[in-house]
Amino acid sequence: MAGDAVLRALATACPAARAADGSDAVAGVTPRYAASPASVAEASALLHAAADHGLCVVARGSGSRLDWGAAPHRCDLVVDTTLLNQVVEHAAGDLVTRVQAGVGLDRLGEVLAAAGQQLALDALAGVRNGTAADAGSAAGGNGSAGQPATIGGTLATGVAGPRRLRYGTPRDLVIGITVVRADGTVASSGGKVVKNVAGYDLGKLFAGSYGTLGLIVEAVFRLHPLPSAAGYTTMAADGPAAAHRAVAAAAGSELAPTAVEISRSGRGQPVRVGVLLEGDPAGVDERSAVLRALLGDGAMTAPEPPGWWGRYDPGTGTLIRVAFWADALPRVLAVIDAAAAAAGVDPLVAGSAAAGVVYAALREDADTGAAAGFIAALRAALARGEADARPQAAARPDSPPVLASVVVLHAPPPVRDQVDLWGPVPGLALMRAVKDQFDPGHRMAPGRFVGGI
Amino acid sequence: MIEHLVPAMAEICGRDGVVTDPLDLRTYECDGLTSHRAAPAMVVLPRTAEQVAAVVRVCAAAKVPFVARGSGTGLSGGALPRADGVLIVTSRMRRIIAVDPASQRAIVEPGVTNLAVSTAARPYGYFYAPDPSSQQVCSVGGNVAENSGGAHCLKHGFTVHHVLGLEIVTPAGELVWLGDGTGSAPGYDLMGAFIGSEGTLGIATKIIVKLTKIPQMVTCLLAGFETTGAGGAAVSAIIGAGIVPAAIEMMDALAIEAAEEAVACNYPEGAGAVLIVELDGPESDVRRDREAVRTLCQEAGSTEIREAVDAAERAAIWVGRKSAFAAVGRICPAYIVQDGVVPRTALGSVLDKIAQLSAESGIRVANVFHAGDGNLHPLVLYDDSSPAATTAAEELSGAILDLCISHGGSITGEHGVGVDKSRYMPKMFGADDLDTMQLLRCAFDPQNLCNPGKIFPTPRLCGEVPGARRGPHPLVASGQAEQF
Repeated sequence: MAGDAVLRALATACPAARAADGSDAVAGVTPRYAASPASVAEASALLHAAADHGLCVVARGSGSRLDWGAAPHRCDLVVDTTLLNQVVEHAAGDLVTRVQAGVGLDRLGEVLAAAGQQLALDALAGVRNGTAADAGSAAGGNGSAGQPATIGGTLATGVAGPRRLRYGTPRDLVIGITVVRADGTVASSGGKVVKNVAGYDLGKLFAGSYGTLGLIVEAVFRLHPLPSAAGYTTMAADGPAAAHRAVAAAAGSELAPTAVEISRSGRGQPVRVGVLLEGDPAGVDERSAVLRALLGDGAMTAPEPPGWWGRYDPGTGTLIRVAFWADALPRVLAVIDAAAAAAGVDPLVAGSAAAGVVYAALREDADTGAAAGFIAALRAALARGEADARPQAAARPDSPPVLASVVVLHAPPPVRDQVDLWGPVPGLALMRAVKDQFDPGHRMAPGRFVGGI
Repeated sequence: MIEHLVPAMAEICGRDGVVTDPLDLRTYECDGLTSHRAAPAMVVLPRTAEQVAAVVRVCAAAKVPFVARGSGTGLSGGALPRADGVLIVTSRMRRIIAVDPASQRAIVEPGVTNLAVSTAARPYGYFYAPDPSSQQVCSVGGNVAENSGGAHCLKHGFTVHHVLGLEIVTPAGELVWLGDGTGSAPGYDLMGAFIGSEGTLGIATKIIVKLTKIPQMVTCLLAGFETTGAGGAAVSAIIGAGIVPAAIEMMDALAIEAAEEAVACNYPEGAGAVLIVELDGPESDVRRDREAVRTLCQEAGSTEIREAVDAAERAAIWVGRKSAFAAVGRICPAYIVQDGVVPRTALGSVLDKIAQLSAESGIRVANVFHAGDGNLHPLVLYDDSSPAATTAAEELSGAILDLCISHGGSITGEHGVGVDKSRYMPKMFGADDLDTMQLLRCAFDPQNLCNPGKIFPTPRLCGEVPGARRGPHPLVASGQAEQF
């Protein structure tokens, strides 16, 4: 039978290939096959075989974010990267590490911490199975099986947590990448030195690409030393304007904050503000004292993060990311409030305010129509420029048409299937041209990404 | 050759925005890489993004290649013109459109100099972090093309970490925004891929940059050592202690000698190497780090350590380092400057090998480098009036790059590949790597008109890719072709 012939071809390329079952479903689409390559060579042969048989392919690491993005139009083969689990190299003296895509962020963290170093990324703390993630833990977005995110998944979704303010997002830390193209070709760019401008930077291109350009199999990251001390200074602002003042004061100070976060559990609730300072213990103490004076009465410092820290995603509901220019924070909160009130929802609003990113999260049991209405109202407000902090001197066309975006990162299927997850995408035609070059057959995660890519 | 385009270009840029006189064209025949020259067939000087787009549309329709040039300070020939093409110079696009300290952003046109951005931001307490040595002259548009770093990129990163949005003119002549200034725009990070693409994917016409808070304190130390090995050991110790200086620079004896003759920088006499360590950040942190760096340098055998007590002393320490390239021009008629990178832990061994190569060939090599990140600038000194000496110098230069590659490094840390190093690309990358990178070029510039011949030694044909297909061919689906 044709199905057996395909499976045989896949198994020749990759011994750990099998018929898929319901547990392999991607956003409700069950593939026919699943395969776990144990090496880059196997991954290449596997994708080559998939190409020979015209299979559509979706990559899966720990599955912690498999429900992000739209459902694939079609999924014939799930490529499971968990056997690509080698920390290939940790050059501590050079502050560089080369890892395979299936390595978990937490395991990598342990390896690096042994040498006093870190990959300065926070996965989004989240919940997938209804139980709370560890209080105060900012690392390891837990997957459906409670597995932390993998390097590949973190890169492919471009996720970053509180410390993005200082260290950036995955694309800022990746200095080399190896990918397998849809036709099985293996290609690398960058290298293992931080200063490197030779050739195009495929790492930037593949970061945040949701697996639609090819399979990430290895990445090289620049590392940072682990600070010896941390201080989390928190206060509660009574509303958006006070929160904005606190955020701006911290971000605009000379205290070099690592993170400036907000969290508000519901409309009308105080906006909690938290600032992370890192360094040596005496320095953190001194700077935290200055910070407390800046933030005013009620500011307190503790060595551990508050329970709400980095927790943007309270459940398997709808997670919406709003990106904006930092000065627009009060406008963004007003837009969220107006849209939420009109739709009859009350989201958790939290995020990296100084970095211009907040998340609005609705619980899974929120009404589908209300969730969809909330998203639509947000989009409309953004289109009217209500979340823009446009400098007076930079009227269009001296600045982009809209200075903010709303992206639905994940949502329950009824919501996901109703709404536009991505919103307007400047440069979409160019993105399609890039997709057509890298995956002319449109077989890599088709339909998951912007513009139906 | 392309005189027939003059009226159209003059219509777009004004007659004073088009250069056709052969003598004038020759002034644009090279950038900072003076060994490669080619006068363009025409130069245009647009003032607006719309003019750039219109110029490119004319080129695209006429299938004429075009090259963009900012300030022409690049060191890899990225702005080397095409003799059969148009050179699009952005030096008349120098508006600082807006400085927005509340959002820590600025919007600038590509012809604005790098330093001008920091100067404009300073009154608000901010600066623009990527600071190439040529920052008084080099343009932000050029910085975008090369993903420029500068001495302080060790801590502060490169252009790609400080740009949040780009308006570009595509090679088809369309104006498109890549990114929206938030750093989190949906879709592919084409902005991130564009930065460092050396002008081969389009022309940046507006740049949204991130501004960085001016640190509370900046200071630097100068430490003399008997050998580069000892200096290197100090660097390892500093990094190993978890300190992240803003910059760590090293110069060897020959570079010091040249700098001394040029600017009398008064570096420690007889030093085999000097280290310049700059620290910035909150005052308490900087003071503590400075103590630690001093101790580590002493433990590594430093013969003399100076600490800057104010900005004037700091500038004095940097004078020698900043003059190094120009200074070697005084002790030798010509020099080739390389831009290789090696893992920092391999620096000692690579420097020894360079010394060996130098001794064997009898060609002097002065070494200036960003010790913190392994980015070497060996200055190969030679007499360019002798063809034999020129060839030998180029061979030595190539051998140094081979050394960098064999140690797992890069052929270029910041200057770019351009024309200068395209022949080394196949040594650093495999055929499939280069082929895959060029898919990006095919997406942006299928006609291969946008700064062609740079970076890649062999252009990729942007046509059909063989293989199984699912569904209609993309060209058919988009209505551009029929298949029968």
